[in-house]
Amino acid sequence: MSAGLVILIVLLIAFVGFFLGRTRAYKSAGGDIRKLHSRPNYYGLTVAIYAAVPALLFTILWLLLQPLYIESQVSKMIDAVDIPDGGSLDLVMTDVRRISDGLDVAVNAGTMTEDQIATMRADLSDLRARLGEVGIAVASDVQQNVLDAAREYRKLSTKLQIAMSVIVIGLSLAGAFISMMRIQPDYRARNTSEHAIKALLILSSFVAILTTLGIISSLLFETVHFFQLYRASDFFFNLTWNPQFRGGSDLGILPLLWGTLYVSFVALIFAVPIGLLAAIYLSEYASKNVRSFAKPAIEVLAGIPTIVYGLFALITVGPLLRDYFAQPLGMGNSSSSVLTAGIVLGVMLIPFVSSLSDDVINAVPQAMRDGSYGLGATKSETIKQVILPAALPGVVGAVLLAASRAIGETMIVVMGAGAAAKLSLNPFEAMTTITVKIVSQLTGDTEFASPETLVAFALGLSLFVVTLGLNILALYIVRKYREQYE
Amino acid sequence: MTDLSTSGAAAPRGPHSSSLLVQDANTRKRNAAESRFRLYGVIAIAIAILALFALLGSILYNGSSSFRQAFVVLDVYLDPAKLDKDGTRDLEKIAKVSTFGYAPLIAAAFETKFEDPEIGVEGLSAKNAAKLISKEGPAELRRYVLANPDMIGETVQFEFLASGRIDGYYKGRVTMETAKLDKNVSPEQLQLADQLKEAGVLAIKFNTGFLTRADASENRPEAAGLGVAILGSFYMMIVVLCLALPIGVAASIYLEEFAPKNWITDIIEVNISNLAAVPSIVFGILGLAIFINFAGLPQSAPIVGGLVLTLMTLPTIIIATRASLKAVPPSIRDAALGIGASKMQAVFHHVLPLAAPGILTGTIIGLAQALGETAPLLLIGMVAFVRDFPSAPPEGFFDPAAALPVQVYNWTQRSDPAFVERASGAIIVLMVFLLIMNAIAIVLRRRFERRW
Repeated sequence: MSAGLVILIVLLIAFVGFFLGRTRAYKSAGGDIRKLHSRPNYYGLTVAIYAAVPALLFTILWLLLQPLYIESQVSKMIDAVDIPDGGSLDLVMTDVRRISDGLDVAVNAGTMTEDQIATMRADLSDLRARLGEVGIAVASDVQQNVLDAAREYRKLSTKLQIAMSVIVIGLSLAGAFISMMRIQPDYRARNTSEHAIKALLILSSFVAILTTLGIISSLLFETVHFFQLYRASDFFFNLTWNPQFRGGSDLGILPLLWGTLYVSFVALIFAVPIGLLAAIYLSEYASKNVRSFAKPAIEVLAGIPTIVYGLFALITVGPLLRDYFAQPLGMGNSSSSVLTAGIVLGVMLIPFVSSLSDDVINAVPQAMRDGSYGLGATKSETIKQVILPAALPGVVGAVLLAASRAIGETMIVVMGAGAAAKLSLNPFEAMTTITVKIVSQLTGDTEFASPETLVAFALGLSLFVVTLGLNILALYIVRKYREQYE
Repeated sequence: MTDLSTSGAAAPRGPHSSSLLVQDANTRKRNAAESRFRLYGVIAIAIAILALFALLGSILYNGSSSFRQAFVVLDVYLDPAKLDKDGTRDLEKIAKVSTFGYAPLIAAAFETKFEDPEIGVEGLSAKNAAKLISKEGPAELRRYVLANPDMIGETVQFEFLASGRIDGYYKGRVTMETAKLDKNVSPEQLQLADQLKEAGVLAIKFNTGFLTRADASENRPEAAGLGVAILGSFYMMIVVLCLALPIGVAASIYLEEFAPKNWITDIIEVNISNLAAVPSIVFGILGLAIFINFAGLPQSAPIVGGLVLTLMTLPTIIIATRASLKAVPPSIRDAALGIGASKMQAVFHHVLPLAAPGILTGTIIGLAQALGETAPLLLIGMVAFVRDFPSAPPEGFFDPAAALPVQVYNWTQRSDPAFVERASGAIIVLMVFLLIMNAIAIVLRRRFERRW
């Protein structure tokens, strides 16, 4: 029985339980609902919650733990001899899983019987070819031990699957039954169900914490793994980035960090003045008509997915810069360059900077403006000498937030900045960033054994720490600044 | 405190100008600075709006042609001598004829066309003429024959996709000059294409296949479509909606209505605002490490994409929901509590329905964000080349699928320039979906927004 079906059955039990509970409550009061402590629906709801919630939570826990348990049991059966040169236990376990899945498929397709599988010997039957027939590709010829492990894997999964179905459905029925038994006219069904609902609400609000924990733990765990294989000092101080498939790679973060900072710097040079001036113009000068047109137009920029900006960089901005600037100036022939990615990233950041600065400018009290006008200052003098200095911390916060956005942005730099890790000052040259390398090192590869893949996690952790630090700093500055005027 | 009137010595500095109506140099300078500053503002706005139009314009300019496509209509004689030598109409035997076995049928169809004196270019054999047809053509023919084996021996009219180069010729991507250098197309073939167009055999039509077909391999861009990607994105949106909306609303209700003011609540709040600022690629790493490697969910599956996007969308939904819960005036809660409702009843029966339009608007905007998100999906394997449509949910959630924005990225990585057109076309489709979602959000807000 599959997990989906079990969950469906549990939900069905809860659904039926709701109506049964309601009817039972109604009957227990002799048809007079004034005698009940709560309205009949609450009795039904209690039954449904008792039937569904523990059973579903248990299912989730089981599904998380089952693969771990099976893996630990089965991997004991694999000897060190079975692991091919250059492979790892993980790779063998993948094969085990594949063979076990393949056997399932073969049985379902009717090309093998359970008896055949039980008596099969790896050296006699050509398992690889037979699995190939049903569409499961196995990397190498199957060893006897691996086959045994696969058989064991299959047996354990089936056994545990059945055990889970029985326990979960039993739990659900027991929950429904117990709560049904407790139904009496003075049973405080509303309080019980409200407590349960409140617990669910609290649980959902913990999802945010769980996500953060998940991010940190997955990054940290694999990063530690990486640093066991690769020296940390090389990672942080090596000036070359040159991953090799056959080991002996240079995985220094510095060229990537340089590319990231350079692209972000170009983007901010472009976005901050434009965003800030646009915000100032819209909030201090623009007539109502201009504002009603320009403000939504800038907001539309914020709603456009980054892949669109990426394509814009790739097919329009990149070739334009190459043909009209880089080549005539003799500074490069590449259409993907720091400048391409930087400008497009800058366009993406304009609405971000302008809406944040808009908030900040509007937070400056009107009295300060009035005071300045009263002294005879013009509008621009007021803005330059009163509003901006007053809003400066907020603007700095906005710039920091924008910088954190720029550093973490992926698609625009993947499509616009290029893939060559270089330490160069020429803005027309292709350079690469941390996010680009995370994508290229992780795409299509999930065997986390080599430092070349694991480095992505170290890069991810660096990225996470930098952006988080910038955000916290920015929020701190903005909050401090707000307190000044409240 | 300053008191200017008592000092009396505040003599005006500089010489007085003779008239109030004539500006002195200083005022002129200040006024010039004023209008300069104003101009900077106008320029900034102009650059922003120009960038928007350049962005949209370039995508529309490059992509709109992907909705048109050159088709060739041919009468193909399904030759029994080639398809079914024994004449037994045995499906297994017919299936043995591979796609390559069908190519001669198309060449033969051109042979018949060449009997028309108007059609035919010197030095162009029927076999080469058949290259006008997409490589997908023989495959389509084979599928048709396998579905209708009775038609063998008949002449059937087919509408084939023209090959990518021929299609590009009518979109200005391929010219006679480039064709001379191109090994995939020759000027003679282009001349033939012109003749066929004249004769009405080749026509440019609206390309529904772009929206319904699956992705196609590197050398047949004309057959590449968005079907799998649209379906995959749709599945992911279902997952996001089913998870992010209930969890987000539940979390916001707790934080806004029930949570005591203590350090745990503070941690949750800080967490939510930080999650909103975590780079999207980090969520991809999370998905890869937790959902695929730890929990063992399949790669490229909409369920994994949906889960990752759910975690990304949650902060958006929570922030929007909390804002709209906050907008419901406390008098509503007080009134409900006053007539004996429990706190839970007050929230679920009165506050939540009033906040629903705001929550819905926030959810739609969150979904629109999730729909356009690309980076995390790259890491969880959605870049894989997927030709098969995922089955119906719930199994379909676990089948490999593509996603709209990832399909765009995928196409930009291919060498044939026809894919750039496709990628821009896919962006147009994506933007249309986003436009619809945002329009619904705006309408909802206008319609149901209540001011208290």
